[in-house]
Amino acid sequence: MIELRNVTLTFPDGDHRVTAVDHASLSVPPGTITAVTGASGSGKSSLLAVASALITPDSGEVRVAGVDLVGLSRAEATAVRREHIGIVFQQANLLPALSALDQLAVMNELDGHSRAARAATRERARDLLARVGLAGHEDKRPHQLSGGQRQRVNIARALMNEPGVLIVDEPTSALDHARGMEIITLILELTRDRGTSTLLVTHDHSHLDRMDQVLVMSDGVLTTLDPAAATAA
Amino acid sequence: MFVAWREIRFARGRFVLIASVVALITILVGFLTGLTAGLAGQNVSAVLGLGADRIVFSAPAHGEKDPSFGDSSITAAEADAWTDAAGVTNAAPLGISQTRLSAGEKRAPAALFGIDPSAAGSHFLPAGTPMPRPGTVVLGEGTAQTLGVHVGDTVSAFGEDLRVSTLIPDTWYAHSSVAWVTLPNWQSIMSTGGQPAWASVLAVSLDASAQPDSIDSATHTVSRAPIPALLSIESFRSEIGSLLLIVAMLFGISALVIGAFFTVWTIQRGPDIAVLKALGARTGRLVRDTLGQALVVLVAGVGVGMLVTVGLGSLAGGAVPFVLSPLTIGLPALGLILLGLIGGAFALRPVLRSDPLAALGAAR
Repeated sequence: MIELRNVTLTFPDGDHRVTAVDHASLSVPPGTITAVTGASGSGKSSLLAVASALITPDSGEVRVAGVDLVGLSRAEATAVRREHIGIVFQQANLLPALSALDQLAVMNELDGHSRAARAATRERARDLLARVGLAGHEDKRPHQLSGGQRQRVNIARALMNEPGVLIVDEPTSALDHARGMEIITLILELTRDRGTSTLLVTHDHSHLDRMDQVLVMSDGVLTTLDPAAATAA
Repeated sequence: MFVAWREIRFARGRFVLIASVVALITILVGFLTGLTAGLAGQNVSAVLGLGADRIVFSAPAHGEKDPSFGDSSITAAEADAWTDAAGVTNAAPLGISQTRLSAGEKRAPAALFGIDPSAAGSHFLPAGTPMPRPGTVVLGEGTAQTLGVHVGDTVSAFGEDLRVSTLIPDTWYAHSSVAWVTLPNWQSIMSTGGQPAWASVLAVSLDASAQPDSIDSATHTVSRAPIPALLSIESFRSEIGSLLLIVAMLFGISALVIGAFFTVWTIQRGPDIAVLKALGARTGRLVRDTLGQALVVLVAGVGVGMLVTVGLGSLAGGAVPFVLSPLTIGLPALGLILLGLIGGAFALRPVLRSDPLAALGAAR
């Protein structure tokens, strides 16, 4: 579950402060996907940063997977990201030195010691890669994968630690329409299958009618749209 | 080390390059340290072999701050004063001079040590060196080989003949092999050579009650413990300072090279570090990865460098004064690894400061 209540986030800009998120509230139940759309600079990425425990808002309440994020130390926020939040980056952000399998296996090593047996971790990584359609590509490094394949690894990595929350940042921006449709379909399936609360930021309106909830952000203010109407827009 | 090992394998060319630089620095440091130890041994082994608690010099000439083996001239009265002083268990005069021995047409430089033939003198003869009898010389094997002489043959110093009584492994003073004669023989040779003297220094043994500084004041002499006394050998003092300075500079260069490499490398990895932090990596884990990479490169480079140094050092040992020992190889290796890690620690700043927020929306 993702719950934001009356969240406001400002950034310093010279002598004054710019409001990136203005008293925003939203709720994403498990197994559903909420899309946030809006123009560039409208505050979508700031909203994602708040929901993924990367930044603390000036005011308001943020609860993710049952954890109150406001007031957490940096180390505590890092632990929440590690254990409860899966992040799908806009660009795949894969580590060039790691194979596709290792991109997922590294999630087991983030706190400095293996939380599960390495053999079991690799087996799970193999299963997840197969689930996103990359069986047989386990040993390939990022430069040996296509853009769509890299994005699938990105999604599988986000699910590796079985998070309750999935934060997805414009996953189709670097893909053609067909590949973009495949990725959105995959995210929808995984959200339903795994019961994650998925918050997705996108510019691409062609997918919005498939979302459970669509929010529009404008100058930091969130408003709700009917998904079907949003696609038409 | 999950990511660290994979990065090393992925960018092996870069890591091999830096490990090679570390290996070359290790070879340089290893050779220089071995050479320094070898040269030091050729300067001081005979003095250290005396086993004295103090070496007593005559007061330095006016204007000189430190005593010198070359200039020191001890009198019989000073020797008696030290012998009679409280806490002195043994005091033996020692004549030291550098000369040239000859046998027929052959000549060889030698450090002539004149030892008091009494019981006090025999206390300071190095282990395995017999007391020379009057008119004889105990000769180093190297010198004997150069002169082509054997036990029973005669060598000459300043025209004074000495029969070779025993050959011993070479011990060294100021790069010359030591030849032992009795103190009276030494005094005679010095007189013949136009530099009459009674003795150069005193070798003394002390018990716990001795107060050497007070005895110095009372006898107008200057005494030094054996290690500080080595700096009174002019050739040792001039060599050791330069060599140790070069070794220290190489250690500094090593730390700088490793630090510079890992700083550039870590800055290049900045986006990866931001991603790992965004995914939930603890900063401590990333620090361990970074230092772990530095350690792997250092151990590999230093290991290869040590092997090459040991190999080449074994070959060079016969031609140049070179000492291969845990002290001359192991200690510099440990120092290089430690300083390299300190250099690598400078690369931690980008790791500590990397903002995971940068991973969100970052184009890579």
